[in-house]
Amino acid sequence: MALKMVKGSIDRMFDKNLQDLVRGIRNHKEDEAKYISQCIDEIKQELKQDNIAVKANAVCKLTYLQMLGYDISWAAFNIIEVMSASKFTFKRVGYLAASQCFHEGTDVIMLTTNQIRKDLSSPSQYDTGVALTGLSCFVTPDLARDLASDIMTLMSHTKPYIRKKAVLIMYKVFLKYPESLRPAFPRLKEKLEDPDPGVQSAAVNVICELARRNPKNYLSLAPLFFKLMTSSTNNWVLIKIIKLFGALTPLEPRLGKKLIEPLTNLIHSTSAMSLLYECVNTVIAVLISLSSGMPNHSASIQLCVQKLRILIEDSDQNLKYLGLLAMSKILKTHPKSVQSHKDLVLQCLDDKDESIRLRALDLLYGMVSKKNLMEIVKKLMTHVDKAEGTTYRDELLTKIIDICSQSNYQHITNFEWYISILVELTRLEGTRHGHLIAAQMLDVAIRVKAIRKFAVSQMSALLDNAHLVASSTQRNGICEVLYAAAWICGEFSEHLQEPHQTLEAMLRPKVTTLPGHIQAVYVQNVVKLYASILQQQEQAAEAEAAQEVTQLMVERLPQFVQSADLEVQERASCILQLVKHVQKLQAKGVPMAEEVSALFAGELNPVAPKAQKKVPVPEGLDLDAWINEPPSDSESEDEKPKAIFHDEEPRHVRRRQPEEDEEELARRREARKQEQANNPFYIKSSPSPQKRYRDAPGVEHIPVVQIDLSVPLKVPGMPMSDQYVKLEEERRHRQRLEKDKKKKRKKEKDRKGKHRRHSSLPTESDEDIAPAQQVDIVTEEMPENALPSDEEDKDPNDPYRALDIDLDKPLADSEKLPVQKHRNTEVSKSPEKDEVPVVEKKSKKPKKKEKKPKEKEKKKERERKVEDLDFWLSTTPPPAATPVPSMQEELSVNTVTSPKDESEGPKREELEDEEDNTEHDQERKSSRHKKKKHKKEREEKEKKKAKRKQPEREHEQEEPVQNGAAEEEEEETLPPMSSYRLLAENSFIKMTYDIQASLQKDSQVTVSVILENQSGSFLKNMELSVLDSLNAKMARPEGSSVHAGVPVPFQLPPGVSNEAQFVFTVQSIIMAQKLKGTLSFIAKDDDGATHEKLDFRLHFSCSSYLITTPCYSDAFARLLESGDLSMSSIKVDGISMSFQNLLSKICFYHHFSVVERVDSCASMYSRSIQGHHVCLLLKKGESSVSVDGKCSDPTLLSSLLEEMKATLAQC
Amino acid sequence: MIKAILIFNNHGKPRLSKFYQPYSEDTQQQIIRETFHLVSKRDENVCNFLEGLLIGESDNKLIYRHYATLYFVFCVDSSESELGILDLIQVFVETLDKCFENVCELDLIFHVDKVHNILAEMVMGGMVLETNMNEIVTQIDAQNKLEKSEAGLAEALACAVSAVKNMNLPEIPRNINIGDISIKVLNLPSFK
Repeated sequence: MALKMVKGSIDRMFDKNLQDLVRGIRNHKEDEAKYISQCIDEIKQELKQDNIAVKANAVCKLTYLQMLGYDISWAAFNIIEVMSASKFTFKRVGYLAASQCFHEGTDVIMLTTNQIRKDLSSPSQYDTGVALTGLSCFVTPDLARDLASDIMTLMSHTKPYIRKKAVLIMYKVFLKYPESLRPAFPRLKEKLEDPDPGVQSAAVNVICELARRNPKNYLSLAPLFFKLMTSSTNNWVLIKIIKLFGALTPLEPRLGKKLIEPLTNLIHSTSAMSLLYECVNTVIAVLISLSSGMPNHSASIQLCVQKLRILIEDSDQNLKYLGLLAMSKILKTHPKSVQSHKDLVLQCLDDKDESIRLRALDLLYGMVSKKNLMEIVKKLMTHVDKAEGTTYRDELLTKIIDICSQSNYQHITNFEWYISILVELTRLEGTRHGHLIAAQMLDVAIRVKAIRKFAVSQMSALLDNAHLVASSTQRNGICEVLYAAAWICGEFSEHLQEPHQTLEAMLRPKVTTLPGHIQAVYVQNVVKLYASILQQQEQAAEAEAAQEVTQLMVERLPQFVQSADLEVQERASCILQLVKHVQKLQAKGVPMAEEVSALFAGELNPVAPKAQKKVPVPEGLDLDAWINEPPSDSESEDEKPKAIFHDEEPRHVRRRQPEEDEEELARRREARKQEQANNPFYIKSSPSPQKRYRDAPGVEHIPVVQIDLSVPLKVPGMPMSDQYVKLEEERRHRQRLEKDKKKKRKKEKDRKGKHRRHSSLPTESDEDIAPAQQVDIVTEEMPENALPSDEEDKDPNDPYRALDIDLDKPLADSEKLPVQKHRNTEVSKSPEKDEVPVVEKKSKKPKKKEKKPKEKEKKKERERKVEDLDFWLSTTPPPAATPVPSMQEELSVNTVTSPKDESEGPKREELEDEEDNTEHDQERKSSRHKKKKHKKEREEKEKKKAKRKQPEREHEQEEPVQNGAAEEEEEETLPPMSSYRLLAENSFIKMTYDIQASLQKDSQVTVSVILENQSGSFLKNMELSVLDSLNAKMARPEGSSVHAGVPVPFQLPPGVSNEAQFVFTVQSIIMAQKLKGTLSFIAKDDDGATHEKLDFRLHFSCSSYLITTPCYSDAFARLLESGDLSMSSIKVDGISMSFQNLLSKICFYHHFSVVERVDSCASMYSRSIQGHHVCLLLKKGESSVSVDGKCSDPTLLSSLLEEMKATLAQC
Repeated sequence: MIKAILIFNNHGKPRLSKFYQPYSEDTQQQIIRETFHLVSKRDENVCNFLEGLLIGESDNKLIYRHYATLYFVFCVDSSESELGILDLIQVFVETLDKCFENVCELDLIFHVDKVHNILAEMVMGGMVLETNMNEIVTQIDAQNKLEKSEAGLAEALACAVSAVKNMNLPEIPRNINIGDISIKVLNLPSFK
């Protein structure tokens, strides 16, 4: 036996090992493939042997071959064999091979489960380690499911080496088996505070990776991370945390404010550039997330920009690159602070590193002004010439166009220069962006009337030299510019100097090689050109010349008729026939010019993309009205529910209708005209979009263009944009001189040389530069009576729509974070005061809206703004003031009430001052845990608190939107309300319970049970056991069996009560359900101890899955309109309670919030933990109340209504 | 997350490839080729980041360092800090230098398995496991010791045989030293 072993190992010595294999491959450079296939054969032989060492050697070689690109999946089974070797050496080889080539499709992978489990529990930490490492690469959903609990145990291993690997691999497990996240998370969180820095770092790593995908779920960890950030010294960990905060701040702006200070400190103190950079990045993210209203932001921005400048100036290219990258983020929100570093950015344009140049280009976009545009573009043009790679050149090209055309050509003072730039760009070969240039040419030529003459001359030159542009037609998109050139020359042919020549150019046979859509434009515009030539010649009475042109057309057009492109063919055939007809008539001596040009009379104006939407609905036209009577059968029963929310509907209709008030309309039109008159870039577009004949009386509407003749319109030779730069400089200089000194022209010429030097001095400000031409940029055509609106994308019919985004987000936030609810109270503090100034500051928008004729609508808008403001306020409250209102709101919302003595109040406030708001939730829970309470006492306190609040809420009476629960004192006193219901009672103990849902966990509810000892015995060993149903399960400590009870974490001396919380997992929330359970405990008194039991039934009502969620009326209206909700209604008779109290009751017991209240009618909203929307309309009649509900789930709605019926029946 | 770690030489020959997402062998080779193509045409004095392309999503970046004859390329997504990864590469190379005692390309050629083992102590399943070089070296040493104790006599014999084999061959050149391996990036203190 021993001999055999020795023999085996001797054999092995002469086997090829990895080194031999590598060496062999290197020695067989010519026939490498052959050699390797030979080796693979050998390996196959080796794998057949029993000796595990031989196998391991073979697998090791296979791993190397895998790297060279050879498929080794055929050896998967052998790899598993080697993985299961007892020796670490071989095991490692096996796991390495597996990690390199196993994936989810590997079928033998399921065979590894037990082996891996064995290795995970191996006494040797390296066996475990190697298994974890391997598993991290090839974990499959099955493996993850089967091994999750093993790995979870390893997270608490004694060796940090194992712990950190186990923690890290959990991320992979979560990915493959998401169900494991919830149970594993508490432990993972624990590991954030592991004594070993490696484990800690691994936990941070995993949580950051998780949070990056779903940041909102991890907001609650912010305080913990905050602590880590301020305590950790591990840069790697710090970077991860800081990056994570960058992802969290957009969700919770107040977090950002808290972060700024420590981050700024880090920026100042750290010496590690990587950390500094990430800090700056996160500060930027914070600044972006915060509204810019805060005054002390500028300091932080300055700090960031200043630090970034240091990075950019660094000789290290990496830092330079990252600095520019971060700078561009600032640019988006704070362009001014970046602009001062223009010099630096321009410098970076010259960098030899393409990545850096690209980043600098991004930055340039935000930096141009009227003054420096030409200079910057000139610089870019030289780069275009130099650029060798097409990618970079294309990037340059798009950037040039972007920069020039941004905000409606705001920075262009000389359009001739711009056209020349565009023409120069057409000389780029192989660019993909021909269509971009073409679009710019068209846009400029159409919208800037003054430039048309120049543009036409340039375009005709381009057409003449089409062979240059189109030389490599098929390859690239630059020939697209011919599309623009042809169209411009045709459309504005009256400006052509030599139309005949252009016509010839457009009829060249070479044209037929162009893409079809360009040919089509050629054909169409040839006729336009032809029409204008005809006219010229007939006016000059050159009948023969006219006939010659017609002849030319007849000769050349057939080449297009034969085109394979349908469009070209069709157009050409039509036109050919037309021209032939003209020819016939011409032969008879009939003058044709008038008629032919009438075909193209009128001007095409640019139409705004949104124009169609802006057409106002004519008076008296109801778009929603049926054109034909609807089928009669739908009218009977079904019609009824439709009318539920009928008080809403008229409002919408009204909104859609055009303003009826003629006076108001006229006034507004006047105002608009005034505004347009003051806008230099606005040309009064003609009152009607209809075609006008050039000689029609409407001529006055065409803006008269005054051309400043100080700039010659035509520059000799080919247009070189540089010449314009020079000319422009001179012009500006002259302008300045004229303005400042008013010297004589002669003198000026003499001193030209000097001037030029001066002109580069940056003395003139942007405003001083008057445009070269009195340029009118034609705005895009709008329909008559189009409603003016600030934002283009706003639908004029629904002015509330644009506010959508603003409101939805905060709403979501407030849902996640209970503390956010205090916004209500905060508004109530001083809305009237704040509203006025801030709204006015907001400039145009409110002013315009105030013009709305309808009183109600106006009022509505006011409310909206107040609400809008609320949010703004609540996000930027003075830090000290935050906790107080939040506490009050907590009470007013009433879903959770924590009992406390008056004296305890301030204590908590102090606490909250120190802690971040997000901790609030947890804190509240824990505090509740500690405190003993008596129900009645609590209720009284509640009322007291509400009373104290009263003064602050005075104004609330003016607001129709209120939370019902908040105003219980207003009318009559309500009977005290408590959400705690009796669970069970016997001589020993009384149990009351409440169920709270939290949005963070969409399938969990917390049941708080107050246990009150009513006996004289000491109660201990209390244990709550609940019989799980399929749908609802109690969350039990890990490892305990399904039927085990959950111990109550306290004992009860006689007469004392305390509260315990239990978490239940609920799958479906659409039905109410009851769970049976038992509380067992030991009652001990002087006589001895007895074992006691108390059965109970835990009732999970549907209302307990709802979360009080505020909702704005427009969002509410949209929700109702969406049609996704099903509806149902109930009616309860014999109710005497006041409407106010009814509302409060429903708000309190069923977790609704009032959206809007009009008289004895109110709309209410709530949301379930699983995101169902529930809308209610509560109407009170004489002695009855009807409740109409709409909900995304019909079953949930009917269950809710049933519950509500029960509540109402008690009223 | 780190998506892939590649080491190849100036001619594009792969010396180590570790993909943290499954790809077929062909795709892997293609990625290596393309990465080499992108990285190798860059000058020495340009920044070490390359954006986009290659593996999967668009927020991926290539972060690389070039040492003498070898390129070390990490493909990472946006959750990783650029400078942090550069430091990590430095730590990786320094660790190799320690474990191989003056590492050169040949070490990587002949002992790719060992390089894998070292890497496994630093990066696990695409996530950074350890950045402290001393800790990494300690673990590697301990594993090597364990390996030796398992090998015993047979392994010693094998060593001898291997030495004999080597004798027949032309001298293995050890002069392709990674000269600037010890050059630290001054403003980037390594993690500790």
